[in-house]
Amino acid sequence: MSAETDLPAGPPPIMRGAGRLRRRRLVNRAMEALATLAALAAVAVLGIVIVSVAIRGIGAINIDFLVKSPAAYGQTGGGIANAIVGTLLLITLASAMALPVGILIGIHTSQFARPKTAYAVRFALDILNGVPTIVTGIFVFGLLVVGKSQSGWAGAFALAIIMLPIVARSADEVLALVPSNLKEASLALGVPRWRTVIRVVLPTAASGMITGALLAVARVAGETAPLLFTCSIAFNSVSANPSIAVASIPVKIFELSENFSPEAHEQAWAAALLLIVFVLLLNILARALYGRATGRMRTTR
Amino acid sequence: MAVNPASTASPALALSKARRRLADRIGDPALRTLTRLASLAAIVLLALIAYKVLSEASESFSRFGLGFVGSRSWDPLHEQMGAADFLFGTAITSFFALLIAGPTSIAIALFLTELAPRRIRRPVATLVELIAAIPSVVLGLWGILVLSPVVYKTLEPGLKSAFGWIPLFEGSPSPFGMLTAILVLTIMAVPIIAAVTREVFETVPSELKEGALALGATRWEMVRMVILPYSKSGIVGATILGLGRALGEAIAVTMVIGHTPNITASLFSSGDTLASRIASSYQGAQSSLEISSLAYLAAILLVVAVVVNGGARLIVRRSNIHFPSGQGAYR
Repeated sequence: MSAETDLPAGPPPIMRGAGRLRRRRLVNRAMEALATLAALAAVAVLGIVIVSVAIRGIGAINIDFLVKSPAAYGQTGGGIANAIVGTLLLITLASAMALPVGILIGIHTSQFARPKTAYAVRFALDILNGVPTIVTGIFVFGLLVVGKSQSGWAGAFALAIIMLPIVARSADEVLALVPSNLKEASLALGVPRWRTVIRVVLPTAASGMITGALLAVARVAGETAPLLFTCSIAFNSVSANPSIAVASIPVKIFELSENFSPEAHEQAWAAALLLIVFVLLLNILARALYGRATGRMRTTR
Repeated sequence: MAVNPASTASPALALSKARRRLADRIGDPALRTLTRLASLAAIVLLALIAYKVLSEASESFSRFGLGFVGSRSWDPLHEQMGAADFLFGTAITSFFALLIAGPTSIAIALFLTELAPRRIRRPVATLVELIAAIPSVVLGLWGILVLSPVVYKTLEPGLKSAFGWIPLFEGSPSPFGMLTAILVLTIMAVPIIAAVTREVFETVPSELKEGALALGATRWEMVRMVILPYSKSGIVGATILGLGRALGEAIAVTMVIGHTPNITASLFSSGDTLASRIASSYQGAQSSLEISSLAYLAAILLVVAVVVNGGARLIVRRSNIHFPSGQGAYR
C-alpha cells in the first residue's frame, strides 16, 4: 500500500489497442467497477438501515415514550421507561463485573505472563468471544436461573461474559503498545513493578482501555439473545432492582416485533432508533479516543 | 515516586519509607497473583460454560443419545426430539450467506486497499465496520418490516422466473424464510470478513505488487496473481470468522426465518436454525426434557463454534493478523 501502487496500472498508452490488450484492460475495468460497487453497496446498506429506522422511529419518540411505562393491556400510548432504566442497570452491573477482571487479564497477558501462558489465555479469550451469545444465555440460565427465577443479576452476568473477552483483549493490546522506554525508565529509578504498572503503564494506556470498555458496552447494549432465558419476563413498571428480572430495550424490541399491531411496530421502530443512536455514538466516541490514544503513544515513542 | 535521598533524615519520613517498603514487598506478588487469578478465571469460565451446557443437556442426551443429531422430529408432546432440521437450517443459511459475503468482502477490501482515493479509505472502512455495530435485534426488525417485503414481492419472483429450473429457487415466494435469513446473515458477516481481509491485503509486500505492475500486468492481473495468492490463508481465516458469526446468530434469524423445521432444497421456504430454535423457545419450553433438548442444541452449537473459531484463530494468527475482538471495530 505504498504510493507507487496508486500509479495508473496497465500498459502505457502507446501499447493500447491490440485485441488481447484491450480485453485485458476491459476485464480490469470490470473488476474495478465490481469492487467499487461492493463497497458502495455496503455503505448503502448501513445508510438504508439507519435511515429506515430513523424515518419510522422518529415519529413515536416523545417525552411520554421516554418517561412512561408501557400502557396496560388493551390501551394505547405508554412508553419504554422501564426498558431504558433496565438496560442502563444491566450494562452498569455487567461493566462492574467485566471491566476490573478484563483489565486485570490484560495486565497479566501484557506485563507479567510468560509468552506461552499469554498465548493460552488469549486463545481462551478468543474462543470465549466466539461462543454464540444464545449459548451464553443457556449457560447462565442453567447456572443462575434454574431452581430460582430470572433476575437482573443473571442478565448482567450473561452480558458480562460477553464483555469480558472484548475488554481483556483490547486492554492487552493497548497495554502492549505502551513504550517500553517509559517502563524501563520507571524500573531503572528503582520503582517496583507493581507501582510502575499502576502509575506509568495504566495511565499511558488509559484512553485505549476506555475505548475497549466503550466498545464492549456498545456491543452488549444491543444484545438480546443472552437475556431471553435470563432476564426477559419482567414487570411493566420501572424497576432498578436486580434481584428480579428487569425490562431491557433489545428484549422490548423483540417482543414488539412479534406483535402485529401497527402501534407496536411504531414503538419497536422508536426503541430501535434509540438503541441504534446510543450504540453508534458509543462506537464513534470509542474510535475517536482510540485514534488519539495510539497517536499519542506513537509520538511518545 | 522518585527515591528521595534526604528521606532518612526525619523519623516521620523513615516511617513512611518503611511502610512503602512493606507495600512494595507485598505489592509485586499481590498484583502478579491478582492478575494471574483473573486470567485463570477466564479459562475456568470457558470450561464452566462447556460443563454446564453439557450437564443441562444430559437428560436429553441420555434419552436420545447421539441419534438426536440425525433425528428430524421436534415434538415435545410425544417426546420425540432431534436436531437434524436445525443443523440443516444452520448449514444452509450460513453457507449461502458466506457464498455472498465472502466475494463481496474481498471486493470491498480490494477497493479499500488498492482502488479508493487515499482520503476516503479510512472513512469508508469505518462505515463498513459500523455495520457490525448495528444490534442484531434492530437488523431483525428491519428484516421483518423492510427487507422481507422486498424479498417476497421482487427478489423471489425475479429469481424464480430467471432461475426457476434450479431447485433452490422452486416453490412459492414467501416473506419469511431461508433467503431472508441468508441476506440478514450476509449483512452481519460482511464487516467482519472485510475488516480482516483488508488487514491481510495490507501485509502484501509492495515490491511484489510493483513487480507485477512493472511487468505490464493490469491492476486486476496484479490482484489475481499477487495479492490473492499471497493472502490465501488469511482470506480463508477471515471467512471462517464470518462463519462463526453467521452460525451463532439467534435473534435476527429467528425474527425472519419463519420457525418451521424443514429440510428442503428451496431457499424460499421457511426453516429454522439451531440458534433460532433456542431463541424462539424462550417462553414456550415446558417440560424438562424440552429444555434439556434446547441445551443439547446449544451444546452442538457450542462445539461447532469452538471448532470454527479455534480454527479461524489458528489460521489468522499464523498469518500474523489481528483477530477482531467483538466487533472488529477499533482500528
